[in-house]
Amino acid sequence: MIESIESALSFLPDGLVTLIIVIGKILALVLPLMGAVAYLTLAERKVIGYMQVRIGPNRVGPRGLLQPIADAVKLMFKETIFPANANRFLFISAPVLTLAPSLAAWAVVPMNDSLVISNIDASLLYILAMTSLGVYGVIIAGWASNSKYAFLGALRSAAQIVSYEIAMGFALVGVLVAAGSLNLGEIVDAQRGSLGILNWYLIPLLPLFLVYFISGVAETNRAPFDVAEGESEIVAGFHVEYSSMTFSVFFLAEYANMILIALLTSIMFLGGWLSPLNGILPSSLLAGEGFVAGLLGDGIHWLLIKTSFFLFLFLWFRATFPRYRYDQIMRLGWKVFIPITIVWLLVAAALVVGKVGPWFN
Amino acid sequence: MTAITNYFKSLILAELFRGLMLTGKYFFRKKITVQYPEEKTPMSHRFRGLHAQRRYPNGEERCIACKLCEAVCPALAIVIDSEEREDGTRRTTRYDIDLTKCIFCGFCEEACPVDAIVETRHFEYFGESKGDLYMTKEKLLAVGDRLEKQIAADRAADAPYR
Amino acid sequence: MGFEAITFYIFSAILVGSAILVVSLRNPVFCALALVLAFFTSAGIWILLEAEFLALTLILVYVGAVMVLFLFVVMMLDINLAVLREGFARYLPFGLAVAIILVAQLALIVGPEQFGLEAMPAPPSHPEGYSNTKEIGAVLYTVYLYPFEIAAVILVVAIVAAIALTLRRRKKKQTMGPEDQVKVRRNDRVRLVKMAAANKDE
Repeated sequence: MIESIESALSFLPDGLVTLIIVIGKILALVLPLMGAVAYLTLAERKVIGYMQVRIGPNRVGPRGLLQPIADAVKLMFKETIFPANANRFLFISAPVLTLAPSLAAWAVVPMNDSLVISNIDASLLYILAMTSLGVYGVIIAGWASNSKYAFLGALRSAAQIVSYEIAMGFALVGVLVAAGSLNLGEIVDAQRGSLGILNWYLIPLLPLFLVYFISGVAETNRAPFDVAEGESEIVAGFHVEYSSMTFSVFFLAEYANMILIALLTSIMFLGGWLSPLNGILPSSLLAGEGFVAGLLGDGIHWLLIKTSFFLFLFLWFRATFPRYRYDQIMRLGWKVFIPITIVWLLVAAALVVGKVGPWFN
Repeated sequence: MTAITNYFKSLILAELFRGLMLTGKYFFRKKITVQYPEEKTPMSHRFRGLHAQRRYPNGEERCIACKLCEAVCPALAIVIDSEEREDGTRRTTRYDIDLTKCIFCGFCEEACPVDAIVETRHFEYFGESKGDLYMTKEKLLAVGDRLEKQIAADRAADAPYR
Repeated sequence: MGFEAITFYIFSAILVGSAILVVSLRNPVFCALALVLAFFTSAGIWILLEAEFLALTLILVYVGAVMVLFLFVVMMLDINLAVLREGFARYLPFGLAVAIILVAQLALIVGPEQFGLEAMPAPPSHPEGYSNTKEIGAVLYTVYLYPFEIAAVILVVAIVAAIALTLRRRKKKQTMGPEDQVKVRRNDRVRLVKMAAANKDE
């Protein structure tokens, strides 16, 4: 498809064609992502409502399906309020600094064998680097608001994100050791095997999987690790002074990060776009052309299903667990997760060196 | 020994899974939301909503300006002025209830010797401007005229318990 | 001028500009943020040099962790600039002398003969499939194994020392450690007692 666009635009200079195609790719990723973010907010309200024996929003549109659009319109037409003595430049740049890295990380996320904006070698490292930048938006928002609640929230969140990044990084090192590559596509390929589900890294790296996902929940400041927001103690934490679009940009970034974490978890531990039916159904059904093979075989839909499952877990956690206290969060990160990851790193290395099947032979 | 088993229990996140199971179970429960404007919850005949002044069947207003309600009102929401009418009876010239002060305790209703001031089941009212929630005698009588049927039925239903 | 050159000049301009801002801005928070920008743009330049591992590690370690803690501290400082600048004139000659010596030394070491396009040609671009990460790993764990491990040991010692220096146990602490809270079972706190129903009249 890209080639045909290239040939259609061949009358333009080369650089311009590349630029147009790159921008087109970015739009093709970001627009569905924004839609997914919008409907994730609806899903969150619905799921939490259902778990609390309510039915959630159901007034705007059929079964409340237009609710996110109504919310977006409402937020867009509200007034952006700048607190007195707030630093205007930083106050505006904070939401931008939150959203930009969370979208930038998506550049290297593969959707299947070929569907990726930029297939770079060190994509895992790139994602770690980009997600680690998100904390700046939070800190700057807290500081620039000139408000004590915002500042407290920013401090809490900065400490939390920095500590959980270590556990998260170690968990990813385990995946890296197992797959022998920093490229996300190759990591998925390394989980391919004749046994299907049993070949995924979920089983040999189970502790790392748990640590990674829980750290991901902490990294995105979601319940039960949402001390940075802490509605009951510090109102809304770092974004307490934000209103209208500046506020919604924080929200977009948070949900985009959630989707990213869910997607990465399924890529790194659940075999990404690999079909779980491998090894159960005969391979003649899964390979080849045709609708049935497309549905049952490897493909982007499996990745989306796995991602949705983890997103549901995010919401499920929020509906279930009470918020951690600050010192409990720190204890969990430093005294539980980091030792677990270090120990399991050694185990993973031993598994790789010993060529333990069916994963590493 | 228990310390070790507890350690492993916390390591396999048993308690967390139990919590998740609980909310997971409720996810499939029948939802109890009442879709308010279309559906309404049943209401007691003792419900204390908007105030009303009642009349006797012949059209005479019940209130005799005894000011018991004014005296009992804990929020000082009632103001009454009265004078003698041509036929020699004492009647109110002014009977105001400030709904923004009223706490809907129902004491006025209890105090009234002639069942003139009552609180109705009507609670879905609103005010568009400042004075709208300041009920004057005319407004109260109008509410009473409008809802008399239900008011009478509610009093009748409650009568056996008094 | 190709795309690469344009990118390089944009990045270097931002890098030099932000580096100047680091030392010239008055508000320390802005200085720290300018330093973040400087790190970020230099990472961009390293990527142009095909050193993606180092570039991403720079972002991950310096921007993502070190500068966050830096910013953390700077934000909570209440710096009074007037007091800071009090002795400025008195120390000016000394400062100038140090600066001149430094510049002279730098000029002697990295003079024009070490710089320029002849002395520092662009590194040859690598063939496809070349992994910067693998190369660094291979060198780090073979040729430079001892320096690497020694550096790691020194860092561990530093961590332990920092913790040992700052750790203090308060005597009358009223909070309860999470470990103890996690350990608690129902039976430690609650005793269910079975009692016969008592008659009210007795």
